[in-house]
Amino acid sequence: MTAMRDTAGMADTAGMAPMLAAQNLSVRFAVPGTARWLRAVDDVSFTIGHGETLGVVGESGSGKSTIARAVLRLGPKAAGSVHFHGRDLLTLEGQELRAMREHLQIIFQDPLASLDPRMSVGEIIAEPLREFRPALDPASRRTQVLAMMDRVGLLPRHLNRYPHEFSGGQAQRIGIARALMLKPDLLVCDEPMSALDASIKSQIANLLKDLQQELQLSVLFIAHDLAAVRFSCERILVLYLGRVMEIGSRDTLFAAPRHPYTRALLDAVPIADPVLARAQRGEPLRGEIPSPLTPPSGCVFRTRCPLAEARCAAEVPELRRIEGSEVACHRA
Amino acid sequence: MSTPPMLVAPLLEIRDLSVTYRGDAGPFDVVAGVTLDLAPGEFLGVVGESGSGKTQLLLALLGLNAGAVLRGSIRYRGAELVGARAATLNRVRGAKIAMIFQDPMTALNPYLSIGTQLTEGVRHHQGLSRAAARRRALEMLDAVHITEPERRLGQHPHELSGGMRQRVVIAMALITEPDIILADEPTTALDVTVQAQILTLLRELRTRTGVAVMLVTHDLGVIAEVADRVAVMYAGRVVETADVHTLFAHPRHPYTDALRRSVIPLSGALPARLPTIGGLPPNVAMLPPGCAFAPRCAYAFARCPTAPPPLSAVAAGHRKACYFEGTMAGRP
Repeated sequence: MTAMRDTAGMADTAGMAPMLAAQNLSVRFAVPGTARWLRAVDDVSFTIGHGETLGVVGESGSGKSTIARAVLRLGPKAAGSVHFHGRDLLTLEGQELRAMREHLQIIFQDPLASLDPRMSVGEIIAEPLREFRPALDPASRRTQVLAMMDRVGLLPRHLNRYPHEFSGGQAQRIGIARALMLKPDLLVCDEPMSALDASIKSQIANLLKDLQQELQLSVLFIAHDLAAVRFSCERILVLYLGRVMEIGSRDTLFAAPRHPYTRALLDAVPIADPVLARAQRGEPLRGEIPSPLTPPSGCVFRTRCPLAEARCAAEVPELRRIEGSEVACHRA
Repeated sequence: MSTPPMLVAPLLEIRDLSVTYRGDAGPFDVVAGVTLDLAPGEFLGVVGESGSGKTQLLLALLGLNAGAVLRGSIRYRGAELVGARAATLNRVRGAKIAMIFQDPMTALNPYLSIGTQLTEGVRHHQGLSRAAARRRALEMLDAVHITEPERRLGQHPHELSGGMRQRVVIAMALITEPDIILADEPTTALDVTVQAQILTLLRELRTRTGVAVMLVTHDLGVIAEVADRVAVMYAGRVVETADVHTLFAHPRHPYTDALRRSVIPLSGALPARLPTIGGLPPNVAMLPPGCAFAPRCAYAFARCPTAPPPLSAVAAGHRKACYFEGTMAGRP
């Protein structure tokens, strides 16, 4: 069953191994005061090809940030495997893990909260170099920092300023500069635009896309904003209550969503066109995402699914290939 | 300033309203010279980015801007609210003009049961008995489609999901049968499927009860879904106002046009790069002279920095605060 899962990333790169391959990834948390475990991520497999951008979408509680943290080894120990540069990230420890971090970087949702308020912009952006290129002389370091600042749209005079002097959009540019300083192979973006105003959001989306193409970055892009994901990602994974509902190429997924949850998510996005918005007004998806402490039997989406039938409560649907997408639904 | 003729007298008439705070460098206006009407049963959308003054405008309608000086006029059914005594304000706010906040947890007391919080308003404003108030609370929970209303009355906020809490807040707002609901980003903290449910509910309640709604949001999609009429705010001023169809089809202010074009489409052609608005939203404590949008505007000319352009009629029911009279050619 795992053999047929999500091979699109490999196919894209014609025989080359993917940049990242997660197999049967599961993350669980102990529930305080009980002997129970909460499954935040349940048997998730995906690949990210070289220079490919994979979007992970889902509502809060779907486990999308937990996947990002598991890949970066920031959360509790995950089960399964995450292959990167020929090694399983989940088994690395100490010096080996630290060495691997050079190639894995992250951009956070709240740019200001992710920057040390006591460090100047120059120090923040230079920190990865100090850490991983200790032999670099200060003059070369400064040259590299200034070049990166210029690339992300920061001015040389920002070098000695502090994070609190910047707006959210500018702070996100600082975070991007820091993340790209070591030219990582994989960039994890955790809701990189969702704290930004509309007029700034598109600036940052353009910048990230330019840099991704220029540096041929592989990107794991976590977001709840489907429009942003459509713009930024080539392939999309739809997550619900820790499980993969659907994986497919952007164009297939947006034009012909196969899973009822994908369809419901797309239908729920407000359309910024009053004529279309009023014409396409339908019955919204009922209910809310259930507690991961008591996930429904069978298909986890069935309690909200307009197509659910008896089989959905009894059998967990496996991912199967339907016209270019992979879908976990008995009714698809 | 002339107001477009209305068939019925407006419920709320805002005239040249300013909200001024005292800053280190002198006083500054977070709301500056806003003139706006709200008709009975109307769904008015107010859209703007952070710092545009949209929330401060809502707070001003309830006299809740702590530490600020209000100037101008707000008439509710002809009665002046600016400078009114607390006793007068208290007869209006909560009872006739109710407010829904972005985060339902801030509007709910974590220590009190849903039943106690729901009935507080009617017992205080209408002197209902405990039993009558309870009956009314059950009706309201039913009206906002909360399942098992009897059980919910005894529950506390933390026992409810985010969507359910916002429904309770809406029930609290409706229970005194107000004429006006002010909603400050009521769906921003919610997942997209739950947002669709809450927007559907607000629309339904407006149709069923005839309550007027003034909804503030940063999301043009939300505006397109629910609003009859729209006011666009920038740096404390209303820069354009029109019915929702006119505003999206024929925007006349460059800021409205740029905002509309920065929305990433969910279907159809996807641009390689997103149209952006250059620069950053201004700091209202340090506004440029003249039109505050001029430094970011693709159509700015010599007159723009001279004095803020007045909000003037371009057609019946359509007004803009902009000196540019030519055709906007989709400039970034």
